[in-house]
Amino acid sequence: MTAALTQTPKAKNFQRLKALGLSVTSTIQHQGCGSKGGSGKSSCGSGAGAGDLPEEIWEKVKNHPCYSEEAHHYYARMHVAVAPACNIQCNYCNRKYDCANESRPGVVSEKLTPEEAAKKVLAVASLIPQMTVLGIAGPGDPLANPDKTFKTFELVAKKAPDIKLCLSTNGLALPEYVKRIKDFNVDHVTITINMIDPKVGEKIYPWVFYKHKRYKGKEAAKILSERQLEGLEMLTAEKILCKINSVMIPGINDEHLIEVNKAVKSRGAFLHNIMPLISAPEHGTYFGLTGQRGPTAQELKALQDKCEGQMNMMRHCRQCRADAVGLLGEDRSSEFTKEKIASIELNYDIETRNAYKMQVEQERQKRVAEREKELKEIAKENSELKILVAVATKGGGKINEHFGHAKEFQIYELSTKGSKFIGHRRVDLYCQGGYGEEEALETVIRAIRDCVAVFVAKIGSCPKEALEKAGIETVDRFAYEYIEKAAVSYFKEYLRKVNAGLIHPTKKEDALIRQGALVPLN
Amino acid sequence: MAYKIVASQCTGCSACEPECPNGAIYEKEGIFAIDPEKCTECIGFFDEPQCVSVCPVDNTCVIDKSRPRYKAKK
Ligand code: SF4
Ligand code: SF4
Ligand code: SF4
Repeated sequence: MTAALTQTPKAKNFQRLKALGLSVTSTIQHQGCGSKGGSGKSSCGSGAGAGDLPEEIWEKVKNHPCYSEEAHHYYARMHVAVAPACNIQCNYCNRKYDCANESRPGVVSEKLTPEEAAKKVLAVASLIPQMTVLGIAGPGDPLANPDKTFKTFELVAKKAPDIKLCLSTNGLALPEYVKRIKDFNVDHVTITINMIDPKVGEKIYPWVFYKHKRYKGKEAAKILSERQLEGLEMLTAEKILCKINSVMIPGINDEHLIEVNKAVKSRGAFLHNIMPLISAPEHGTYFGLTGQRGPTAQELKALQDKCEGQMNMMRHCRQCRADAVGLLGEDRSSEFTKEKIASIELNYDIETRNAYKMQVEQERQKRVAEREKELKEIAKENSELKILVAVATKGGGKINEHFGHAKEFQIYELSTKGSKFIGHRRVDLYCQGGYGEEEALETVIRAIRDCVAVFVAKIGSCPKEALEKAGIETVDRFAYEYIEKAAVSYFKEYLRKVNAGLIHPTKKEDALIRQGALVPLN
Repeated sequence: MAYKIVASQCTGCSACEPECPNGAIYEKEGIFAIDPEKCTECIGFFDEPQCVSVCPVDNTCVIDKSRPRYKAKK
């Protein structure tokens, strides 16, 4: 009996989600939806569980580079910085820079008027057919700048109706704007929720500005939390896709985020993205100055794993800057500065854009087919072994980057269940001068030292030696192949060697998460 | 008679501008300033000066000591 013969709509969606690399285990069980009365619309009814994804929601997600791990290989989003004001203060943010919830701390973007922003969007879209999503996320809070934010959406929607709109907010003003968000056909909203308990919240938020008054301490955190959850409920009731971001702050909200995860899941959030706190004294933030550390890669993964049983986790978020342009991980914003936009000739060609999307669909189906084939092979093996590998890729789901050029590595966990994408490790900061070549290599090793191997298209003999010395095998025999396929063949081979007693897997050291702002390459 | 914005501290975030009940705050070359003739220290509108409450940088919106404090008109 094959799945194709018995496909219910639910099963179809299940497969589609699998194809996207989204985890689907939890949503099939659809937890948190027991009671009909009482919590009413808030706990259920919105169909936000991914396993029940209605067709129209699937349509919204599938080409969204931020939500679909699969799509982010092919599609791009951009952010425009039209919203400088904010209505709260976070301890990991320094308002001289962009909103730390959506970007990395210490990043400044060029502020644009709605008119400039709309022109920039059209200029980028006409040059980069992959650009399918426009987000407004800062540099402050979009809903603390409602006029600028909605004006930008209006201008873009008029000229480029095929571009999806999304916005990110701290949630304080959200309930007031759900109607406008709906009217503008915004289909994705991200809320940053770091706590649901004011006792935790007062350690993260020194104050909020609400109804003409500055509130502090627990009172501030309570107002913020109530508004966030109310906003979330209102959005899911309107069937607007809602993602939750949480910043993991060790010792403050790390364990508590499991509670947050349950709370947002039960209110219909579609994805939960747990990001590491990025904190360094030079950011001038409260946490930077108090020496509050961020989590290690293993701590982050452990928490994400704990929450995964609850709902979809998003592991490919790179905390990109608010005006980044390009495929995630590749920042082309320096090509689109205010000055340069003024001289770009606009030619918004919807035909080219559609042709690109068609081509991508074919490519994606091919990739999924390859993966399925390998999965069948490996499923026969019986082992508890799990290993991590790092992959140098430029996108397209292939191993197609030179080790020395990689600005980041994708990390996959391999087991008999196949390969699971678990995150990115950026190494860009270190490759940009200021550091000697040897130090740069050291830093790369620290960032991926929990991996047994690194897959590359090519690698020089020097770094190869250093990596092997650090216990990381360099693998270039899968150059330009699909990542999943290569991963599965590698794992099969690895397992064979382990079983034959040729390799003794040891516990690897924890990796470091890079602290520091992304500096765009010129 | 009024509050002023310490220019060297202002991030230019614009948060204060729409909050002022008197429309006293305006933008000047990327940062913001208060028109002392219009500022009423929020007296008659709110319990706390709105620009101070919303500003992300402490001690940026401050009393302009070179002027007498505002007194509500009788
Ligand atoms: S919401 Fe964003 S901009 Fe506002 S204080 Fe927090 S991190 Fe900064
Ligand atoms: S104190 Fe009140 S009236 Fe004066 S500038 Fe600030 S917001 Fe405006
Ligand atoms: S709120 Fe403060 S930092 Fe922002 S523009 Fe006004 S004075 Fe400047």
